[in-house]
Amino acid sequence: MSGTSDPSGEGAVLVTGICGRLGRRVARVLHRKRRVIGVDRRPFPDRPADVEHHQVDLRSTRVRELFRGGVTALVHLGVMHDPRRDSGENLVWNVTAAKALLECAEHFGLKKVVLLSSANVYGPRPDNPQLLDEEAPLLGAGSFGAIRDLVELDMSFQAFFWKQPAIETVILRPTHILGTVRNAPSNYLRLPMAPTLLGFDPMIQAIHQEDVVAALERSLQPGARGIYNLAGPPPVALSRALELLGRPTVPVPHGIAKMGVERLFRWRVTSFPAPELDFIRFVCMIDDSRARRDLGYAPRHGLVATLSAVDDERWLG
Amino acid sequence: MDAKVSLARLADVAVGRGLPFLKRVASKVQRAADQVSERLLGADFEDRIQSLSRRYELQGGDPFGFDPDAVRQAALPSAFFHRAYFRTEVFDIDRVPTGRVMLVANHSGQIPIDAAILGCALFFDANPPRMTRAMVDKWTATLPFVSTFFSRMGQVVGLPENARRLLEREEALLVFPEGMRGISKPFRDRYQLQEFGSGFMRLAIATGTPIVPVGVVGAEEQYVSFGSLSWAARTFGVPVFPLVPQLVVPGGALPLPTKYRIFFGEPMSFAGDPDDAPRVSDKVYLVKQAIQHILRRGLAQRQGVFR
Repeated sequence: MSGTSDPSGEGAVLVTGICGRLGRRVARVLHRKRRVIGVDRRPFPDRPADVEHHQVDLRSTRVRELFRGGVTALVHLGVMHDPRRDSGENLVWNVTAAKALLECAEHFGLKKVVLLSSANVYGPRPDNPQLLDEEAPLLGAGSFGAIRDLVELDMSFQAFFWKQPAIETVILRPTHILGTVRNAPSNYLRLPMAPTLLGFDPMIQAIHQEDVVAALERSLQPGARGIYNLAGPPPVALSRALELLGRPTVPVPHGIAKMGVERLFRWRVTSFPAPELDFIRFVCMIDDSRARRDLGYAPRHGLVATLSAVDDERWLG
Repeated sequence: MDAKVSLARLADVAVGRGLPFLKRVASKVQRAADQVSERLLGADFEDRIQSLSRRYELQGGDPFGFDPDAVRQAALPSAFFHRAYFRTEVFDIDRVPTGRVMLVANHSGQIPIDAAILGCALFFDANPPRMTRAMVDKWTATLPFVSTFFSRMGQVVGLPENARRLLEREEALLVFPEGMRGISKPFRDRYQLQEFGSGFMRLAIATGTPIVPVGVVGAEEQYVSFGSLSWAARTFGVPVFPLVPQLVVPGGALPLPTKYRIFFGEPMSFAGDPDDAPRVSDKVYLVKQAIQHILRRGLAQRQGVFR
């Protein structure tokens, strides 16, 4: 394993959840610069030849072996959030996996640990400040239980940040990531007809998936450490975003929408859990001036490019 | 047969004479409506909207959701109340600086019409036009339509973080330090400033924002309240339950057409430690005195509540 080429001399980066749509993009960008080792239970079909991939569970002891091969950085993307699975099971899996990874990071003296968290940890709330900074409390799980896992992970990486001053820990909290990814906001914008909540039209932010990858790359540079919000182009009203995408909308009163989505979710007609509705009801926007100042991050994609990214490779899967 | 002929004649007359007549009437009505709206909005209304749009476009839009185009739609009813109903007279509005500023005013009138008319003054009468950004209660964010309307009209949820961010963006922030105590005050307490909060002063010091004391004369008589029923307020779970007899009179739901006079005072600047509580409350007192002085002068000047 140690025989694999390492052009930069920086050591290898271990990427979890590498087979997701975002993970594969990260791999394609990183493998040009340094050795990339991927860990995911899923297969990696069109994998670049120099990316190692190990199809194992993050909790297995084999992961520990992988760290021996000159790994100096960890990028944790493998956070499981399947709303169909039992939430307790999800939490146990996510927390155990993160704990094992952080133990390895400490034991093998990594230089860098990066977690891709999300601005969802702040949660959409009526009493939110219009733009939240990194010090805002993580209240996302207050109304949406499934966010609990992410809040928990974010917290454990924060604890790691303080406990391990020798390791540069970075937590990225991007706003709604748009692109070919299969997350709730992208799926929502891909709906042929978008339901909105009657009388509610919050300001929203979105970030292009490639801008997230670029920020991840920047966070791997030596010296970068800390918590960073990542917002894309300037915010717009939800109605304006849907108008730019040319989506017809159906306004539904909130009470009816909540009841309807709950039913449809239970009958497996929709993949949106009802608490997601708060994201099109209240504001959950972030201030990313810290990332712009410290990481030199700036979104390369404008508003229209970011929004229409959800339609890229639409029929290719 | 005859009936058919006469019907046809009638149709001829209707098309030949009636239609042009109706068209003339319609166009006259249209012209009259245009004239009224132009007189209310002012000839430079489009320029004012354009000037606002440019200001926000340069900043890459307003993150709080303010939309100059939405102002266009709300402008006519607002202008009606500002120019025709309350016949607002504005004094010394050129004292409002163009950058960040805090407008600190007396609050009254049971419903915040004073905030709306102050907003009108800064939009219709100031050069360049400004949008006043006022703070609204948090629970309005949970109300459909209301939340969207406030956001598009530039009003923001009342949080210190939001206020600070607005000032850092060089906005004109409207503050009523009396808060609920002021707006719900009974008629007998008109033009007597209630206790001031000190949050605005701490923020003004921390952000280096000049304070313009503002006296609004006329709003305190628009709804005559005999006081608040505390037990009724408790029962209905509302902050105040004012006794306003005019509400039971048909048409009394509209405020009384008092004459509004808005006086802008000299800008005041404050420095020091925003956390030094006793010093901060001294400074708050200075602002309160300034507003009380403006009000006293304004009241002495006027000949009547409706004139």
